[in-house]
Amino acid sequence: MEDLRKKLLTCEERLTYLSHIKAGDEWGNIAGLRENLLTLRDSFYDLAPEKITTKVKSLEEGLHFLETRCEENLTPMERVRIVRSPLRFSLKDILENVYEDYTELGGAEETNIDPSMVAAKANILRRAKNKNFTQQVMVIGQEKGHGEEYRNGGSCKPWGNEKALRYMQVAQTEGIPIHFYIFTPGSFPIEDYPGAAQQIARNIYTMTKLRVPLISMISEGGSGGAEAIGLSDFRLMCSHGYYSVISPEGAAAIEGKIREGGKVPAELIESCAERLHITARDNLKLGTIDRIIEENPLGAKHDDFSFFKKLRYEVMRATDEVVLKTKSLRAFRAYELKLEKSGESVMDEPQIDISWDLNEDEIKRLLQRRSKKYRQMAKDSYGGRTANLTSFMQRLKNNTSKAYYSFRYDILRSQQKQVKQVIKDVSGESSVFFKQLTAPFSAAYDFIIRKTDGKNVKLPVSGGYGDALEFGDTYTSPLANEDRTVTCPNSEKYGCKDLWVPDLYGEFCGVCENCGHHFPLEYQWYLKHLLDRNSIREFNRTISAGNPLSSPGFEKRLQEAIRKTKRHSAIITLEARVMGVEIVIAMLYSNFRNGTVGAAEGEKFAQACEKAKLKRRPFLAYIHTTGGIRIQEGTLGVVQMPKCTMAVREYVDSGGLYIVVYDNNSYAGPVASFLGCSHYQFAIRSSRIGFAGPRVIRETTGSDIPPDYHSARNALKRGHIQGIWDRRDFRRNLHKALHTMGGRNLYYR
Amino acid sequence: MDDSYVNEILAQYRADPYGYVDSHTIHTGSINFYVKKDEKVEGVSGEWRHISGTKLYSLHREGNDKPVFSRSSGIVSSIRTDLEGKFVEAGEKVITIRYPLKKREIIEKILRRVLVPFKAPERAKYFFSLDIQSRIDKFGHRSVAVKPGDEILTMSLMKRDTPIYYQGEPGIIHSVYFQPGITMEQDEPLIGICPAEKLPVIQKVINRVKAEWE
Repeated sequence: MEDLRKKLLTCEERLTYLSHIKAGDEWGNIAGLRENLLTLRDSFYDLAPEKITTKVKSLEEGLHFLETRCEENLTPMERVRIVRSPLRFSLKDILENVYEDYTELGGAEETNIDPSMVAAKANILRRAKNKNFTQQVMVIGQEKGHGEEYRNGGSCKPWGNEKALRYMQVAQTEGIPIHFYIFTPGSFPIEDYPGAAQQIARNIYTMTKLRVPLISMISEGGSGGAEAIGLSDFRLMCSHGYYSVISPEGAAAIEGKIREGGKVPAELIESCAERLHITARDNLKLGTIDRIIEENPLGAKHDDFSFFKKLRYEVMRATDEVVLKTKSLRAFRAYELKLEKSGESVMDEPQIDISWDLNEDEIKRLLQRRSKKYRQMAKDSYGGRTANLTSFMQRLKNNTSKAYYSFRYDILRSQQKQVKQVIKDVSGESSVFFKQLTAPFSAAYDFIIRKTDGKNVKLPVSGGYGDALEFGDTYTSPLANEDRTVTCPNSEKYGCKDLWVPDLYGEFCGVCENCGHHFPLEYQWYLKHLLDRNSIREFNRTISAGNPLSSPGFEKRLQEAIRKTKRHSAIITLEARVMGVEIVIAMLYSNFRNGTVGAAEGEKFAQACEKAKLKRRPFLAYIHTTGGIRIQEGTLGVVQMPKCTMAVREYVDSGGLYIVVYDNNSYAGPVASFLGCSHYQFAIRSSRIGFAGPRVIRETTGSDIPPDYHSARNALKRGHIQGIWDRRDFRRNLHKALHTMGGRNLYYR
Repeated sequence: MDDSYVNEILAQYRADPYGYVDSHTIHTGSINFYVKKDEKVEGVSGEWRHISGTKLYSLHREGNDKPVFSRSSGIVSSIRTDLEGKFVEAGEKVITIRYPLKKREIIEKILRRVLVPFKAPERAKYFFSLDIQSRIDKFGHRSVAVKPGDEILTMSLMKRDTPIYYQGEPGIIHSVYFQPGITMEQDEPLIGICPAEKLPVIQKVINRVKAEWE
């Protein structure tokens, strides 16, 4: 009887799980089965055991049939619900079942800087030649907990991501691989120090060149939160997991233009989940992950031990592969090839002991492979690629330029530097020697004719800056062509008078005379006022944004943006001069899909980094506006975060100077990656910088934020940016920043 | 005498238990109203007073339609509908919002009439002097009498403590408006002093307001 009662309980659990996946009892015969189950449960002790056995068996058969049908036709939204189920396995289950033993670092359970991020030093067992070997790894990942409130559903606070970064660096010091487990619906969108966006950016920036093998596994990959620990040499994904740019509910609220607090229709959420291409199969096809780990039907739960065995094998195999690809020995390569050919069917333990230690050359190869892997991501997801001949010519030109700039800056400049150093040393020595000889004479001379101290001393003067707006009157904003007045938003606070539009957008450069509030201006104004006249040379103009996921209706909206802006993407990349200083600029602007970043924008940005690197120019990212990652491109958009950060890191590491200037509104993915990682970030007055907008914050955290939460002033207070510039002084300030930040290393260290 | 004084004050508020907020035009322009007489309006709300109230009227000048919102909740008690669509001068009273006074507001108004405020001489943090603080701790602040020349407060500014001596009418400390360690702006009242003889009367008024007002 006890056995039957347990079986009945299991049936009830399975039925509840099924109804959770299907979001109700309407599908199939769930309602009928539930009714049968309840009747059986109520009359359990009234019936004969044989009858109960028959009824339980028929229930089990019915359930099995439904589960099989459900698994066959799982929709993306159903996968999302599987992932969100409290029965799903979590990181603690993995630590318990995949690794031999582990010690949690940086806090334990609830007593923790952020219980939603778990870092642990763990041992994994390898069996080879009938012997057991343990290998150390650092395990870092989000912990959703099974209904534990303090875990915050795996939504990490900025300090949780900071903790992850700290232990990544520990792993680097110890030279052990890192296994990342991604279980997050997204990062907790708060700006408190170190700041959601800024911390994710720092994580990604560090991970680009972390000198140990990085393996990640995605179960629930919610955009920026996932990227904070997602950049890796090998990306695994669970077959029932999801990896997305935004939650389907969030996408539906945007697509359906649902007002805050309004109900989003379930059908719209379903169709958005479909359009976002969030499943493991979709992501494998898109190239954003490397391999899928097959789960049990309807997803692995916390007690599916066969899955943990498979997972253990997969993470070891992935680590082996990453390590082997860096080795130069042929035997290892052959073994690696065998692994590749064997595909997913092989489930044996690797039979040889592979050391995960890497020497300097292997680390170099590891980093090169990582760089190449991310550089290639989403390569086919934009338009406007050059034809073969043009591309050949381009390559030829690039190689010639490379040779020229290497000769000019690496060889000539280093020679010049050495010669200068020698002259400096010799002149310094000779002056000391000469001083010793002439000292008695000069003392006597001073005694007779006393010098007045400091009278003829020439003070060092800063370089000729010239007038910042010497030709500022040549361009007037089209906004000025209206005969009316506008009210400054600060008029109540500071008593600002109404401003006459032709004055405001003409002479005042869109700045309130009284309080200094900056009204938004079009990006063309900056092109004209920031850069030297006739110095602009735009490049990669033809690379165009596309619709790689064939999102319905998006093609039309894209064409509309192209028609309106006469441009093909939301980014302009150009070479220009600022008061004589040659720089490369990438400019995200608002008119084109609100400055969102997709594959085309990411590619253009990465190419701009490469150009700046090639030509040894300082690199400026001027962000007129960015609304984040373009959701219509799904994870192809998300991978632009690591891709562009990789390009930035390589540029900075090679000696470049990277400056970011934010204007108007800069939010989400780009700030949380290739912009936020800059060492020098500035903002134009009255701009807003942040991770998520006020609505998302209200909906995620459940509490309201002050109206100036994202203001540049508050960003400065939190230490996210280094300064706030007046638009009218942009040119002068930028020139000064290039000199102070770059100095003698302006054209490379 | 006491009772008649108390009754006089109470009768005043009972006859007209409302507060009034006038809205004057901030500049010239043609005016358009968005509310009617006796209509209920909402005031500024939100944790940071960031949600504007009901739109009362708009002033149109030089192509700029400037909306004016209600600052307090209440009822439109008077409105110059005769000016609808017409040009108005700056400073013209166009709308009055009437709102029922709460107990707290009435008590505050009464206290404002009778208490002598002692204002902050600088923008700084304030503490009671040790002597006064120990008496307050022992007997409560309404039992502490002060007279001109007494050292009553310590002003903490830029890590330097300066004693502040009381100047004004002698009396007892009736109300304390500051919190130790919180910066107070210059000229904000720090304490309200009540002449000793007026204290029972004030207490009586307050008690009656608390008891009788709804």
